[in-house]
Amino acid sequence: MSSMEQLYQQVILDHARAPHGRGLVAAGPHTGESHQVNPTCGDEVTLRVDVDHGRVAALSWEGEGCSISQASVSVLHDLVTGTPLDEVDALAAEFRELMGSRGAGLDDDAAERLGDATAFTGVAKYPARIKCALLGWAALQDALIRTGATAPAGTKEDA
Amino acid sequence: MTTTQERRLGASELAAVRADFPLLTRTLRDGRPLVYLDSAATSQKPEVVLDAEQDFYAQRNAAVHRGAHQLAEEATEAFEDARGRVASFVGVSPGELVWTSNATAALNLVAYAMQNASLGRGGADARRFALGAGDEIVVTELEHHANLVPWQELAARTGATLRWIGVDDDGRLRTDELATVVTDRTRVLAFTHASNVTGAVTDVEAFVARAREVGALTVLDACQSVPHLPVDLAALGVDFAAFSGHKMLAPTGVGALYGRRELLEAMPPVTTGGSMVEVVTMETTTYAPPPQRFEAGTQMVSQAVAMGAAASYLQELGMPAVAAHEAEIARALLDAVASVPGVRVVGPTDTRDRLAAVSFVVDGVHAHDVGQVLDDAGVAVRVGHHCAQPLHRRFGVASTTRASGAVYTTLEEIEVFREALAGVRAFFGVTDAPAPVAGVREGLR
Repeated sequence: MSSMEQLYQQVILDHARAPHGRGLVAAGPHTGESHQVNPTCGDEVTLRVDVDHGRVAALSWEGEGCSISQASVSVLHDLVTGTPLDEVDALAAEFRELMGSRGAGLDDDAAERLGDATAFTGVAKYPARIKCALLGWAALQDALIRTGATAPAGTKEDA
Repeated sequence: MTTTQERRLGASELAAVRADFPLLTRTLRDGRPLVYLDSAATSQKPEVVLDAEQDFYAQRNAAVHRGAHQLAEEATEAFEDARGRVASFVGVSPGELVWTSNATAALNLVAYAMQNASLGRGGADARRFALGAGDEIVVTELEHHANLVPWQELAARTGATLRWIGVDDDGRLRTDELATVVTDRTRVLAFTHASNVTGAVTDVEAFVARAREVGALTVLDACQSVPHLPVDLAALGVDFAAFSGHKMLAPTGVGALYGRRELLEAMPPVTTGGSMVEVVTMETTTYAPPPQRFEAGTQMVSQAVAMGAAASYLQELGMPAVAAHEAEIARALLDAVASVPGVRVVGPTDTRDRLAAVSFVVDGVHAHDVGQVLDDAGVAVRVGHHCAQPLHRRFGVASTTRASGAVYTTLEEIEVFREALAGVRAFFGVTDAPAPVAGVREGLR
């Protein structure tokens, strides 16, 4: 597989073409919203998250950006919707670790937990694109804090 | 530009030019040759420039404008000789050229000097720079942030009002708006000589004429013009102009501010400290005449010396020949972009008054992704908003891809670019029936 094919895996292209969770839905009682911008390229995402009984009850977003950033939010949507908050934190940490892996990837257990998000392994070889992949995760982290359901201290490791 | 009927660089001259730039011979991932089409962001450097900096440190390094030893004299001479070369390159006197760390610093210098004048510093002579409520600063919608934000800030600090000249659908300034936007209240008219995004070259004459009618000072951002066109700032008649070294084959860390001598003499200092004073007592200080008044502290001497070498290098090639060569590159870039379906230029599609900087949108593919595919072919372009967010907003896009040439760019490189660009939409599976993948605004906020 060429490095371009590793970067733009079919999963990424598919999510970019038909993103999941796109289109902001009305806010519930425990909603947090975050708007994040990548100032170098102007990519942006607005992400809204509802928390109920310690889980991500709903997640919706609106955004504009490259295929990596948009696909990443779409994958994130599938991965964390319905997931308990502590697991979301662990996933976020693992995804950051993946982005820091320079393309080497993570072990099989972590890969299984990250599911489609492992498709972003190739992104980690391109330092300029790591921020694209992390944009949605940064929005999620911030939005969760804004719900008041998660303590900032628990989520800001290597933020 | 348009009037340039001068000879272009011949094939052997172009080959010789390229041989002067060590970096152009390197290869990238998978051994691909580099096709550098990002010169509007920063240029590559010829060996004479690298040598000039190296030679300064190896042979002449000493503190300039102080010390009576031979080395200090030689260092000072090299520093001032470079000032002379750069000044002559843009048609002004050495005493009218202030070294700055970059063009942004040069533009801020003017804005902060006006702020200081507004606070009463600089005495009666400086009153002409003072701004307050009721005064207006006029900029344009296609400015680089460096020639916009300092004026926003100055307006906010002084109570002056910021207004701007618009951009037409071709990415050229609406010269017709000068009559209504620039009025008796206008004190400053700050505008770019050539857009770093659309490549359009401004009708400076019309701007200067209107500014003179109303008694406004003109501030020209000449970053994109000086490396690519013959520029005579004195003949253009602007009051101030800023340009950077790194875009004109010189190192980073050095730029220049041109100011008409009479204005620099009346302008209060901005950064204060050593080297810019005459007499200092515990209570008060008198300041050196320009340009030293604006050059506080140790200067970027080696970079300035190298910028002098860059100016001489371009002067020897002849700027009319450089401009003629780049006009050919601009034509080739526009043709390349036009040959690929689903690609739209943001900027003029004719070569009249236009630089070889071509920004474009690929329908259905975000600029970042376009840049990545081009990079895979060894083609280096700029993606994003190019520090001109209002201009991108004007065209309803968040980002563009920009291919830009310089004196060392070849037609063969443009062909590599064209071939890579032609494959972009297919790579992302975008067809001619537009299915927006990304990059299209869909009710975001």
